[in-house]
Amino acid sequence: MIRMEEIHKSFNGFPVLKGVSLEVKKGEILTLIGGSGHGKSVILKHIVGLIKPDRGRILIDGMDLSQLKGNQLEALRSRFGYLFQGGALFSSLTVFDNVAFPLREKTKRTEEEIRVKVLHQLEEVGLSDAGHKFPAEISGGMLKRTAFARALVTKPEIILFDEPTTGLDPVIAHTILDLIQSIHANLSFTGIIVTHELGRVFPIAHRVAMLYEGRILAAGSPEEILSSGDPIVRQFISGSGEGPIQFSER
Amino acid sequence: MASVRKLGETTLWGLQRIGRMGLFLANAILCAATPPLKISWIIKQIWFIGFQSTLVILLTGAFSGMVLGLQGFYTLNRFGSTALLGPMVALSLIKELGPVLTGLMVTGRAGSAMTAEIGIMRISEQIDAMELMGLNPFRYLVVPKLIAAMIALPLLTAIFDVVGIFGGYFVGGKLLGVGEGTYFGEMSNYVRLEDVLEGLYKSLSFGALIAWICSYKGYHAGFGAEGVSKATTQAVVLSSVLILFWDYIMTSLLF
Repeated sequence: MIRMEEIHKSFNGFPVLKGVSLEVKKGEILTLIGGSGHGKSVILKHIVGLIKPDRGRILIDGMDLSQLKGNQLEALRSRFGYLFQGGALFSSLTVFDNVAFPLREKTKRTEEEIRVKVLHQLEEVGLSDAGHKFPAEISGGMLKRTAFARALVTKPEIILFDEPTTGLDPVIAHTILDLIQSIHANLSFTGIIVTHELGRVFPIAHRVAMLYEGRILAAGSPEEILSSGDPIVRQFISGSGEGPIQFSER
Repeated sequence: MASVRKLGETTLWGLQRIGRMGLFLANAILCAATPPLKISWIIKQIWFIGFQSTLVILLTGAFSGMVLGLQGFYTLNRFGSTALLGPMVALSLIKELGPVLTGLMVTGRAGSAMTAEIGIMRISEQIDAMELMGLNPFRYLVVPKLIAAMIALPLLTAIFDVVGIFGGYFVGGKLLGVGEGTYFGEMSNYVRLEDVLEGLYKSLSFGALIAWICSYKGYHAGFGAEGVSKATTQAVVLSSVLILFWDYIMTSLLF
């Protein structure tokens, strides 16, 4: 479904991606792991065309993203949901209006239909009572759940999660991952979860890929990654300070 | 050789910036000229740029007119022509001070907020989120500000002019003794429709200029709080300088 071929990307002359090749099959959840600042979020932004690669190509269902313009790109993007690391909620809108925004602007539904759909979505993420609040008035966990509700409200085929549990306490992080798992069971979306919190995300992942020094170092099932003999993968998973990954690289 | 290279690099960098700003404006005009227009967003911006700037315009207009009345009276008194105080105050305000000072005040009050708002939306990925919903951020963030500023600036300038004229009358007429009939009568003799239109065209173009520069700077803000703060400062400085520059160009070429 999603195929990245030899993606290279530099920022201000500093190479971040040095030939990333990755494939995600329809309906599977791929967890992308790797150190902070190694370009995991950059990969997600390439997949939705927010960043263009210097070299290489990205195919979505066989369509080359670099060849899509205007309406075609817009149509492709409407198949995606994206959970931004910081939520990216519109600060001038309430929680309800944030979730309703894509429906109001991109569909011809009546206000009553939108109200019913948004309330259902808010209930699904456990925010029934928070619809009237503004993003500045809610906690980090509620913010992520609102962003999740907004990403889900259009029933996308593909959802990209950028650090969905970072900065949350273990209970809320667990709740968010449970939500992802239960909604995947209902909608069977294709998902990519970017994280460096391995223990929490592995149970819901079908496959795991590790990004290291701008390339995919290892990819496989969670069990294969956990039992990997690669010293870099092993050090990253164990979180040890000793090993080939140096402090300066992180 | 190195200095020639540096000069070339700087020139190219400057041309690239001007080109990007030109493309930004062209994109905004294209979006403004094609439906759908986001009417509720435009009204909200008119309220913010226009209505919320009224108090500061009332104050600056009144004091500008009062200073003009005071200075004008003593200057004209040397030539025995205090009867022309009304036209002097009115023409100074309508043709120059009204549009320019209104532009500068709106830049400081609303332009800086436009840059900060768009800049924060940029760094917090709200603009990316809009694009991913298949929405054109220009239609929501730039076009409403552009149209609203072009509506609000002429109205605010009109308020500035009227309040300034009465401020001048308060000092020149009530305090220094120029007669009401003389002040307003001579004004209607000397102020022509073209003078009013000159001020109107200037304020319209200043509105577009403020919205363009301030939106552009916010849209291309750098990373973090520092990036937004830098963009806001640059927006205010550049808008202010360009208002004065464009005022000179319009005055010399068109009128």
